[in-house]
Amino acid sequence: MASEQTNNAKTYFWNDEKTRAIIYQIVTAAFVAFIGYYLISNVQTNMEKQSIASGFGFIEKEAAFEIGESLVEYSAADTYGRALLVGVLNTLKVSLVGMILTTILGTIIGVCTLSSNWLISKFGTMYVELFQNIPVLLQLFFFYALFYEIFPAPRQALNPVTGVFITNRGIDFPVPAPDPAWGYIGLAFVAACIVIWLVNRWAVKRQERSGQQFPMFWVGLGILIGLPLLTWILNGAPTQMDVPVLKGFNFQGGRNISPEFSALLIGLVLYTASFIAQIVRAGIQSISHGQTEAAMSIGLKPGMVLKLVIFPQALRVIVPPLTSQLLNLTKNSSLAVAIGYPDFVQVAGTTINQTGQAVEGVAMMMVVYLTFSLLTSAFMNWYNKKIKIVER
Amino acid sequence: MAETTQIEEIKPPITDVGVIGWLRQHLFNGLFSSIATLLILGFLVRVIPQFIQWAFIDSVWFTSGQECHQAEGACWSVITQNIRFTIFGYFPYEHQWRPLVAMIILVGMLIYSREWDRWNKRLGYVWIFALFVMGLLMKGGLFGLVPVESTKWSGLPLTLLLSFFGILASYPLGVMLALGRQSQMPIIKSLCVVYIEMIRGVPLITMLFMSSVMFPLFLPEGVTIDKVLRAQAAIILFTAAYIAEVVRGGLQAMDRGQYEAAESLGLNYFQMMRMIILPQALKIVIPPTVGILISAFKDTSLVVIIALYDILNTTKSVLSEPEWTGFSTEAYIFIAMIFYVCCFSMSQYSRRIEKQLEYKHTPNQES
Repeated sequence: MASEQTNNAKTYFWNDEKTRAIIYQIVTAAFVAFIGYYLISNVQTNMEKQSIASGFGFIEKEAAFEIGESLVEYSAADTYGRALLVGVLNTLKVSLVGMILTTILGTIIGVCTLSSNWLISKFGTMYVELFQNIPVLLQLFFFYALFYEIFPAPRQALNPVTGVFITNRGIDFPVPAPDPAWGYIGLAFVAACIVIWLVNRWAVKRQERSGQQFPMFWVGLGILIGLPLLTWILNGAPTQMDVPVLKGFNFQGGRNISPEFSALLIGLVLYTASFIAQIVRAGIQSISHGQTEAAMSIGLKPGMVLKLVIFPQALRVIVPPLTSQLLNLTKNSSLAVAIGYPDFVQVAGTTINQTGQAVEGVAMMMVVYLTFSLLTSAFMNWYNKKIKIVER
Repeated sequence: MAETTQIEEIKPPITDVGVIGWLRQHLFNGLFSSIATLLILGFLVRVIPQFIQWAFIDSVWFTSGQECHQAEGACWSVITQNIRFTIFGYFPYEHQWRPLVAMIILVGMLIYSREWDRWNKRLGYVWIFALFVMGLLMKGGLFGLVPVESTKWSGLPLTLLLSFFGILASYPLGVMLALGRQSQMPIIKSLCVVYIEMIRGVPLITMLFMSSVMFPLFLPEGVTIDKVLRAQAAIILFTAAYIAEVVRGGLQAMDRGQYEAAESLGLNYFQMMRMIILPQALKIVIPPTVGILISAFKDTSLVVIIALYDILNTTKSVLSEPEWTGFSTEAYIFIAMIFYVCCFSMSQYSRRIEKQLEYKHTPNQES
């Protein structure tokens, strides 16, 4: 009792850990709030002085600038809101295509670096070293320069495969001529995916119940190819193609991928793939050889060893860093602004220049990219949880 | 009695050792491997001679742009004829020895400080002195050096300046953020979490845009901060968030016993962090930290977008002159080589430190 009292007597309130914590926090919060207030009041006075409007009213106004390429209808007479939407869609387009391509390329190169073939593994290592150590912006400039300096004008177009032309105006390639059949085939493809998912569920359940295996891969492949093929034949098998043809100074018909998009995509894919290759290599190396031996000794075939034992475990190591690399690709797609691809940052930048509303513009950029980041990491967290090790 | 007969030593078949054995083992083990080897060799045989022809045999080195346009091969003249502008940009021509000396001092100091056992107080003072000299050389205004405005700083010195100070200043800020995120105090913790996650969720470009178009609005009337400094601040704030995450990894990897032992010695929070926790935690995370520093170095090239003249932008403006248009490939290869050498040596350094750390961490398992 006595000792406790003496202790209490000595403890002033500023020596108490809890009180101190509260004081620290109040001081920090007050400091941050003061800075925030000071900056905002400065912004208000400055904007009044320069007579800049505030708020998001400009979204309704006419944009009055053209955008080079767009997934939706857009003209200079449309609103800023629509222009920004075009920008978001363009960013999404390059990011999604880039994510898929870079994952495939990165995995291939990662496996290459582990190859027992000396040339292949050296090639993989050199690729990683080279592309990792050069700024992605420089790579973008380089590939863009290839298009407008090295590649020929449409009259002397490079023609690597019949119907495909590479020029300084981008890549032209043929597409099937419009026909109602293609819409049905698309639907058939979606239907095939759903059927495969259902069959797979049934097959897994049956195997759990009875131990019988089902040749899922071949059946799935059959459905995936068969169903659209059947629709194609039933619709009279249209073979009409829309081929790019040189008319005057440029190609008409077919589909064109602009040099800006191509350069951005190539640069982002090659750069990010070098990081993904390292992640894949580390993931495969993290599985000890004992796992392979154990799997072999219970009688699994090599293919099954990879599918059932090595791959699921390696994936667990690979997925978290892979997520952050794919996010990096999305964020790096904002470098489009440097080579003139109209992504969101480019459109928002033009909007800032025209309206002078920098605060709103930069805030929108941040919100859009934060949303992308949060969505991607939410998806990846869900996936990560799904493949997580089930511990007792 | 056992009869000892001399068994003749059988040599391995000639196809398993020596050059042939190596070739069989490393290039032609299996059908797929052999096909791949032949394909790659075929590709190399076609490409390498063409590249040598272009880069060395048909190339021109010290000519004017007009002669370049007639040449068959590479035009390295675009670099040799514009080297001073590419490297030093708009720094006054007759004073360009000053950034050169500053860069030499910086690189020399960095190379000298690479060994840990040279890190002591005296080196710290030398660094402070060296930074002062470098600042003086760049800025001028004292000892009869003509003052040069920071808007004139460009080229390689600007790249090095942005990355070096970006790294230097973001490191302590990142450590502070990491400690804040690990803190027990909810307000401080959530402030740090929000900051780190927000910065990591947006691209560096938005930060640079913020510094160039939005930040001037934040300042009271009449106060202006020049563009280089604003970009520098954006890079520091951006890199700090990434460093914070790496340092957090190190803090979480520390054994709970370390904290308890430090507290039982009666150390307060700051003493504990300074003397016990941080020295160990920061050491563990040196390799990933160097990774962040490499990307910070590469990312300084993004200042092109807010129209600062770093080495990439000086190169671009050389290429935009009519005399030198069309030689982007050569110029970009040169810039790529500069970046490659810097980044590669940093990553080699990180690998060496990783090895040293592995050795130090497992002295008992060695024997």
